[in-house]
Amino acid sequence: MTDITQDASTGFIEPRRGIVERAWEWARANLFNSVLNSILTLIIAALIARIAIPLFNWAVVDATFSAPNDATCKAAGGACWAFIADWGKFLLFGRYPEDQRWRPTLVIVIFVAMMLMSSRARLGGKLLLAMWAAGVVIAVALMFGGFLGMPYVETELWNGVPLNLLLTVGGCGFAFPIAILAALGRRSRMPAIRWLSIAYIELIRGVPLITVLFMATVMVPLFLPTGVTIAKLWRAEVAFTLFFGAYLAEAIRGGLQVIPRGQYEAADALGLGYWRKTLLIILPQALSISIPSLVNTSISAFKDTVLITVVGIFDVLGDVNNAMNAPEWRSAYWEGYSFVALLFFAACFYMSRYSQRLERSLSRTRPGARRR
Amino acid sequence: MAVQESAQRQAAGRPMIELRNVNKWYGDFHVLKDINIGVRKGERVVVCGPSGSGKSTMIRCINRLEEHQKGNIFVDGIELTGDVKHVEAIRREVGMVFQQFNLFPHLTVLQNLTLAPIWVRKMPKKEAEELAMQLLERVKIPEQANKYPGQLSGGQQQRVAIARSLCMKPEVMLFDEPTSALDPEMIKEVLDVMVGLAQEGMTMICVTHEMGFARTVADTMIFMDRGQIVEVAPPKEFFANPKSDRTKLFLSQILSH
Repeated sequence: MTDITQDASTGFIEPRRGIVERAWEWARANLFNSVLNSILTLIIAALIARIAIPLFNWAVVDATFSAPNDATCKAAGGACWAFIADWGKFLLFGRYPEDQRWRPTLVIVIFVAMMLMSSRARLGGKLLLAMWAAGVVIAVALMFGGFLGMPYVETELWNGVPLNLLLTVGGCGFAFPIAILAALGRRSRMPAIRWLSIAYIELIRGVPLITVLFMATVMVPLFLPTGVTIAKLWRAEVAFTLFFGAYLAEAIRGGLQVIPRGQYEAADALGLGYWRKTLLIILPQALSISIPSLVNTSISAFKDTVLITVVGIFDVLGDVNNAMNAPEWRSAYWEGYSFVALLFFAACFYMSRYSQRLERSLSRTRPGARRR
Repeated sequence: MAVQESAQRQAAGRPMIELRNVNKWYGDFHVLKDINIGVRKGERVVVCGPSGSGKSTMIRCINRLEEHQKGNIFVDGIELTGDVKHVEAIRREVGMVFQQFNLFPHLTVLQNLTLAPIWVRKMPKKEAEELAMQLLERVKIPEQANKYPGQLSGGQQQRVAIARSLCMKPEVMLFDEPTSALDPEMIKEVLDVMVGLAQEGMTMICVTHEMGFARTVADTMIFMDRGQIVEVAPPKEFFANPKSDRTKLFLSQILSH
């Protein structure tokens, strides 16, 4: 290793030393720079070894990747990935008709593509909004079918990952305008509007999501006139929308609170009037400040969608539970839940990285945005 | 002599702004006590007084950033009441420049200027941009048009703020301590713009402690203390022989250094 690198800051040219040498130097500086740190490093290294090595053995070395049932896996002693290999498609798509599974697959592809495009390409806000709206409409149409030779599939059979995606994006999408109105309403000078907004936000935030879901799916039909039915999925979606709305509203209110009074006064002095002041001056600033908490809320919204299982709609977690009812895979719950955990971790990790990037790029293009 | 002058002033035009027995309270605190002023078209008024004397509150009542509780305020013949239509009509005619500039940080300088003409005056975008560029020339920073306010110095921001108000083609300009938040070396560039405006005949009310500026441009000096107007006089008289002791004290404090 005798590559020559030039240090940009000093212009000093030094031969690059071997990687082992540099690693050792780094470890000396960061891990063993005092007696206490050395002890801590050793303790943590021991802990990692105790956990990581058995985990690796379980997940890879002793794992079974193909087997007829869990008994074979048990004999090998490791993870039973054969279960995922055998039932993976069911976990992803549930009871959606097997010969039509390309449709939910396409839905997942559409959502992943839209996520990538939102973070990579420098598209304008309006274009992105239009793209997501179109994406959701196309996804719902694909799931339904009933046109272009695609057979109609009822919402009862929409299971698995596409359901989590649709509930999150649809729920947050509908919740967003509600949240903006509620956040503004909470700061309104008109008592009726203010109290209504506070009642909505605090009532929903004071109640667990499960309760809201049960209310929507069990109680709402009781109040509907006879003969009128709304599919359980849509009732659940309304529940999610109301629930997310209250939390997003608080995130937005946080942004509204840090806008200095001078901004309102300057807009007033120009004669903009309430709505133009709010839409052109206050909200753009408040929303860009609340982006981190909006994304946080969306991430937890995504994770919350698995709760839909409790009202008998099977998302990806529900599919895992169902799959483990199959007699030959009864003991494969570790593998099933790991699969779901990895899916969610990947998605949430990506989203939080995206929000960090967004935050950085916003503070770069608008140098004044955070200062005053 | 003074009588003659005031008679001439009356003849020169109707009052652009009129405050009659205006009173305002913050809770129990009586901030404005029986304020009476008339400002004619083209008149340049400088309001001074110790801090907490109610001078900012008074001019903020003129475009209803603050509400008065008693008395009447008329701007260009329109009475300022709770009626939103009246308030918006008056705000269109009255420009305001703040101590803290209050530019919109998420918009470029040009967008800061064109926003109100486009959305309130319904001016076509191109026309608004031409007007904005003219005004940026006038405040001598056309080259900053596409920057964001956060990239400008305080003096530049305040000049943009003045241009932003002028974009609405106001009849009256209110200045609320426009140079108080500025570093000393930037005060002059802002005052120069204000002097230019005054010379063009803009009706102005300035709350400021810049007495040099007051001497140069003011037609009328108003001294306020503890919510009251203590003295109203042309600047020569005001500075040479102030009538009230409180004015004398204030002037001696402010001019001593």
